[in-house]
Amino acid sequence: MVEPANTVGIAVNPTPLLKDELDIVIPTIRNLDFLEMWRPFLQPYHLIIVQDGDPSKKINVPEGYDYELYNRNDINRILGPKASCISFKDSACRCFGYMVSKKKYIFTIDDDCFVAKDPSGKAVNALEQHIKNLLCPSTPLFFNTLYDPYREGADFVRGYPFSLREGVSTAVSHGLWLNIPDYDAPTQLVKPKERNTRYVDAVMTIPKGTLFPMCGMNLAFDRDLIGPAMYFGLMGDGQPIGRYDDMWAGWCIKVICDHLGLGVKTGLPYIYHSKASNPFVNLKKEYKGIFWQEEIIPFFQNAKLSKEATTVQQCYIELSKMVKEKLSSLDPYFDKLADAMVTWIEAWDELNPPAAAAANDKA
Amino acid sequence: MSSAEINKNEVDIVIGALNADLTSFLTSWRPFFTGFHLIVVKDPELKEELSIPEGFDLDVYSKTDMDKIVGASNSTMFSGYSCRYFGYLISKKKYIVSIDDDCVPAKDLKGFLVDAVSQHVTNLENPATPLFFNTLYDPYCEGADFVRGYPFSLRSGVPCAASCGLWLNLADLDAPTQALKTEQRNTSYVDAVMTVPAKAMLPISGINIAFNRELVGPAMVPALRLAGEGKVRWETLEDVWGGMCLKHISDHLGYGVKTGLPYVWRNERGDAVESLRKKWEGMKLMEKSVPFFESLKLPETALKVEDCVLELAKAVKEQLGSDDPAFTQAADAMVKWIQLWNSVNSSS
Repeated sequence: MVEPANTVGIAVNPTPLLKDELDIVIPTIRNLDFLEMWRPFLQPYHLIIVQDGDPSKKINVPEGYDYELYNRNDINRILGPKASCISFKDSACRCFGYMVSKKKYIFTIDDDCFVAKDPSGKAVNALEQHIKNLLCPSTPLFFNTLYDPYREGADFVRGYPFSLREGVSTAVSHGLWLNIPDYDAPTQLVKPKERNTRYVDAVMTIPKGTLFPMCGMNLAFDRDLIGPAMYFGLMGDGQPIGRYDDMWAGWCIKVICDHLGLGVKTGLPYIYHSKASNPFVNLKKEYKGIFWQEEIIPFFQNAKLSKEATTVQQCYIELSKMVKEKLSSLDPYFDKLADAMVTWIEAWDELNPPAAAAANDKA
Repeated sequence: MSSAEINKNEVDIVIGALNADLTSFLTSWRPFFTGFHLIVVKDPELKEELSIPEGFDLDVYSKTDMDKIVGASNSTMFSGYSCRYFGYLISKKKYIVSIDDDCVPAKDLKGFLVDAVSQHVTNLENPATPLFFNTLYDPYCEGADFVRGYPFSLRSGVPCAASCGLWLNLADLDAPTQALKTEQRNTSYVDAVMTVPAKAMLPISGINIAFNRELVGPAMVPALRLAGEGKVRWETLEDVWGGMCLKHISDHLGYGVKTGLPYVWRNERGDAVESLRKKWEGMKLMEKSVPFFESLKLPETALKVEDCVLELAKAVKEQLGSDDPAFTQAADAMVKWIQLWNSVNSSS
């Protein structure tokens, strides 16, 4: 049996890494009580809370946290007609937080994720590990059998080409979950009692050309490097599919990272996932996705971006055109999604004009 | 999977003897080698008699046997660390497990000795998943599964061709790295097995390895020898080169290669700084090998492992031969290896 950490008595770090360069984006529909236990690790940072569902509900943010909160009314006001690209009644709405942030780094976490314990019983500072992952290079061009070569106590193994040992910039840090694993509905139905108790003490780079199922529960990324590609799609109310938001973003960002020579890491840090969602509800949401996926995966595996696509936005627009061309025949949903992808980029560029970006760089 | 569930008759444990005294090595592995058949191959350049403790079911092969079976001119292919390949050649079993003679069983996170043989065979018997990365690593192990978003059509996996284990204490670092970090020892026990994705290249180490001989035996080629190759791992690259070939062929044929558990505990031997004194050619050869393997496409008509090796040898000769004589020699060795493989395995 695995349990969350008890963080009472842990002091807040007086010099938290990247305090002014990182925003924590949290989607919520219920409450933010979980932030109490995260205090030692997260309180110094600025929060962007994206409130889904009924905008008239008051979400209480625990004392001491510095935050901005956006509900549906705010999203509609800020984006106008472009708000159509932001999902409603689905945690996919969190990507609005990415768009509206002015920081270089984002950490996003679900409101049912607690602090995990490592095998020695120590509370895991997930944000600190994500920052370490993002600040040090990735190695997508050659697999290192000792995993992260830059970690204390590790290195590149015999035979690892020296010319590849500098690595590339890391765009994404994908963390994992103890306790309730991120299974799809069918697996949840077959194994309702399975809990992830295995703490795998490694961070590794996902090789170039390899796709993976990205989970948005415990994720960090460099907004400057890959932000515009972190669109979490059209899910929830009025949409034929749910629980594919983070995965859709994951396939898009991986194709773009591979194209632009950026790295994606997975592994540590762990969080403790406390709440299992209802598998029957999940099945209804995922149902179409399970079939569509069989076409979607080969689509992404074969997606080739042009040499002229040198910015994330350019890559993403190209990808949206390919989605329209190749996946619309699967379902008209993809036609809508392709349009939403373009709307997203337009909204992103509006909220993040190049001049402002340059000013951010200088700051 | 406990060793009781493994069919021990399907496994040969092949040990390359580069040192004459195998007493402490075999004694330390006794709990996990018992019940298995062992093939011990003596480095043809080793003059002393081997010391082997009682109680093992094993056969020893020396230069005399090599000369008889493959001819004296071919015995040179099996000198030094490559002597174990002779064991791979003459084995009749489905699975081979091979561990360097300076390694002993490691302890896991709970303090129990790791049964590396069982773990390797378990890895080989379960499917690999090279076509899509599972973020919870091995989906077939107890307590894990495929995560949300993993395509259902890919969940039956593909046959596992090789299981690459790891090392605690003295990790398999190259000479410059170990010389720079003389005190560094690997103390990190990463509790996972995972499939190395298709198209991804990796440096496979021969220190702690197992493979499905029936599936990919001929692809485990003893081909690339460094000039002045020595009797310490820092002075070799045969396994790394062989591994690049194996991975490429596995990708081509739709098999998988796993990495991770089991760990072994690797003892001190040799001196990294000493090894640095030799001109470290391995570095240059790896730099040339990477773009070669990256762009290499085996013809679709190459459907048998032997044919894949021959096509690979042809490409090596054509594209890398002019870069360094070591590559030409490797290509020739690969062709010779397939000839030997076919002749030894057809007459049985």
